[in-house]
Amino acid sequence: MTVATIPAPAFAIERFRLANGLRVVLAPDPGAPVVGVAVVYDVGMRSEPEGRTGFAHLFEHMMFQGSHNVGKAEHMRHVQSAGGTFNGSTHIDYTDYFNLLPSNGLELALFLEADRMRGPAITEENLANQVSVVKEEIRVNVLNRPYGGFPWIKLPPVMFDTFANSHDGYGAFDDLDAATVEDAQSFFDAYYAASNAVLSVAGDFDPVEARALVERHFGNVEARPAPVHPPFEEPDLTAERRHSYVDERATLPALAAAWRVPDPVTDLDAFLPYVVLGELLTDGDASRLVERLIHNDRTATAVAAHTTFMAEPFASRGPTAMLVQAFLPPGTAVDTVLGQVDEELARVAEGVEEAELDRVKARVAAQLLRGDDSVMGRSRRLATAEIFHGDAAMATRFAALLGEVTAASVAQAAAALTPQRRAVLEVVPGGAQ
Amino acid sequence: MSNVVPGLAPEVPLSLPVPVERTLPNGLRVLLTRRPGVPLAEVRLSIPAAHTDLAVADLLAAALFSGTETASMTEIAQRLQGVGGALGAGADPDRIAVSGNSLATGLPELLEVLGDLLKAADYPGGPLATEQARMIDGLSVAEQQPDFQVNRVLDARLWGDHPYGHQQPTAAEVAAVERQAVLALHASRIHPAGARLVIVGDIDTDATGAAVEKALGDWNGAGEPRRMEPLPEAVPGPLILVDRAGSVQSALRVAYPAVARTHPDNAAQHLANLVFGGYFSSRLVMNLRETKGYGYSPRSRVDHAPAGSIQLAAVDVATEVTGPALTELHGELRGMAERPPGEEELDLARRYALGSVKLATATQAGVANYISVLAAAGLPLSWLADHSERLREVTPADLQRVAAERLDPDRAVTVVLGDGAEIRDALAEFGEIEAR
Repeated sequence: MTVATIPAPAFAIERFRLANGLRVVLAPDPGAPVVGVAVVYDVGMRSEPEGRTGFAHLFEHMMFQGSHNVGKAEHMRHVQSAGGTFNGSTHIDYTDYFNLLPSNGLELALFLEADRMRGPAITEENLANQVSVVKEEIRVNVLNRPYGGFPWIKLPPVMFDTFANSHDGYGAFDDLDAATVEDAQSFFDAYYAASNAVLSVAGDFDPVEARALVERHFGNVEARPAPVHPPFEEPDLTAERRHSYVDERATLPALAAAWRVPDPVTDLDAFLPYVVLGELLTDGDASRLVERLIHNDRTATAVAAHTTFMAEPFASRGPTAMLVQAFLPPGTAVDTVLGQVDEELARVAEGVEEAELDRVKARVAAQLLRGDDSVMGRSRRLATAEIFHGDAAMATRFAALLGEVTAASVAQAAAALTPQRRAVLEVVPGGAQ
Repeated sequence: MSNVVPGLAPEVPLSLPVPVERTLPNGLRVLLTRRPGVPLAEVRLSIPAAHTDLAVADLLAAALFSGTETASMTEIAQRLQGVGGALGAGADPDRIAVSGNSLATGLPELLEVLGDLLKAADYPGGPLATEQARMIDGLSVAEQQPDFQVNRVLDARLWGDHPYGHQQPTAAEVAAVERQAVLALHASRIHPAGARLVIVGDIDTDATGAAVEKALGDWNGAGEPRRMEPLPEAVPGPLILVDRAGSVQSALRVAYPAVARTHPDNAAQHLANLVFGGYFSSRLVMNLRETKGYGYSPRSRVDHAPAGSIQLAAVDVATEVTGPALTELHGELRGMAERPPGEEELDLARRYALGSVKLATATQAGVANYISVLAAAGLPLSWLADHSERLREVTPADLQRVAAERLDPDRAVTVVLGDGAEIRDALAEFGEIEAR
């Protein structure tokens, strides 16, 4: 058996802060003639106001509707005419905007991101248009397909009690319809300050020139104070919670079980063993739950375990969870599978061989490196590492930190996943068989 | 504060790696590309598989990793995992493909595992039955997905009895497969003659060549090579309505003719497709999404498959705007010839197309995919540079001519999947309807 040594990615990282509070990360690498420009704002679905579910995501759409010097649809047109691509994405704890361009488009991307950091140009008309677009997005991804929103939308309300942690971040149609231009302005005022953002540039550029361009375009974005995030903390569960619902388009029973885990930011050392545990449980045919549930007992047709609701362990705050989700062959009882998961967790809790742990770590490292091969992915990860962990360079150290996780701590993590601390969501298939 | 949108710095020329290519004595064509960056390697193996039984090929791909004469599934998976590696397999009407990646230092081990599987996969009965059941379970879910449902009807409508007309097996077809058939397919088709192995990554091509030869040099076997016949002409006809009771959206799919990558009109076709619906700044997206708000991702693309090419426009819209959305979609398609793009609209698409080549070849996986896809069409990676030069030459007149010839609703095949009771009347406005 060969077990590879874990290499670390090699590229320089430069960090600085502008007078208005904008944190900037530069990661030059002449490997390919492209450049990735990402802006991450430290606000996500958890911060949207009651009665405005889905607003963080709707606002992300509005950031593409024009700004001071950029008309509607012109952001996309400028980036695409430079041969580039763009997108944005809204997460539980952050929102990011990213561009990948041939490297001669660097200044253009910086200009466009700076222009909308001064405020999007929101009108009744473009707001109504994007509310309609977002509803179609929700219909495609949630309402018109089997297992829509499972488990990322459906599980939090089982596990959590507060609005911030439990609500549907895609949004109720009533709430989307109620959104106003004034709501957008106050959301921008509260959360889209330069001091609440990180700009990250990765790829083929000269860092001295890039720094001058960043200062030219972002330097005079108004300085405003960063928001103080309220504590989102909730007490851990002391008794199992369960919920089941019928999905008319589902054909297989499905379940998701979730347990609270240590805070991924403030208690990183205690959190990391859960990341390794997730891989040990379900990464590949040699993993514990795949072998047991799929291949030996045939009680699952697919199974996956991961930390945080959107499977982004290094771009999340607490409170959050470790999830095990499974799709079951028709007629399989959820309790049978839960019992088998409990047994496998108990086995891990008894101890893990170093050889198994080393294999898992090698695969985790390869997957992290693979994400770094794309400069767009790299620019986004550097920015979220700066947002959540206070240092973009942490993005290059996660593989090494996971490599230091001990067998004893993984066993301890598994031992903590007890039935009375879990929230369980069950999907009952109602689909035409 | 600067309020003038800055221009672009001087363009950095496209720079493509040149694969080191050789054919092993057993017939395996090997293309190795050194691309440093992250210390990984990407692997793509493609084995010709025209006219295989679809369900058998899918099951072979799913169960390829289930065990060999000397190793269990778990042992195989452990060897891969130990070098940070993973392999997966899939089948389509043209080929059986195995792809994966690993830490670059683990590539020789990954190749050894791959060789063991190709030479000695044993498809043990227990694991094979598990994979069979999982495929049937997966199909039952896929068959509830609008995109899967509408594509199945569209493929059948476009290609009829050609193998492309049936690209997803049914549960019954999967259930009927016997282990013997999988073993027979492996014996007759999983051999190196005509197969192609692409490796891209932080590798030394000499050392990797030696590792390939060591792992796969003695891979052998024989069988009848079969050729895929070209696709028939797509024949226009009545709009097809696929009823999906309770659907809250309608999936509109409009397929229209296309020429192959090697056709003189290909560069103009590429740009015409972009202007129509191939990128965000296209007419289709600006109209259906940014003006009307009918759909989240209206789009059009050119599909170049080994047996032929087709263009496909697609959008999922709220049930109540099905008719208006289809009117706009057909209108924009017709508009490509009636309101042809001028210099500016063409140039925007051209610059996007030229940049896209640079973006798509900026990662190890991107380079590996492009080498593999182009090789399937008999083209080298350097074709991308030639294509880029041809994109620069396209004129508005070329675009108008290409649009008039092919971007025409009267030559298109339209399939709509949605709640029949709600949308049938609206669709009747477009002419004859055929229900499926």
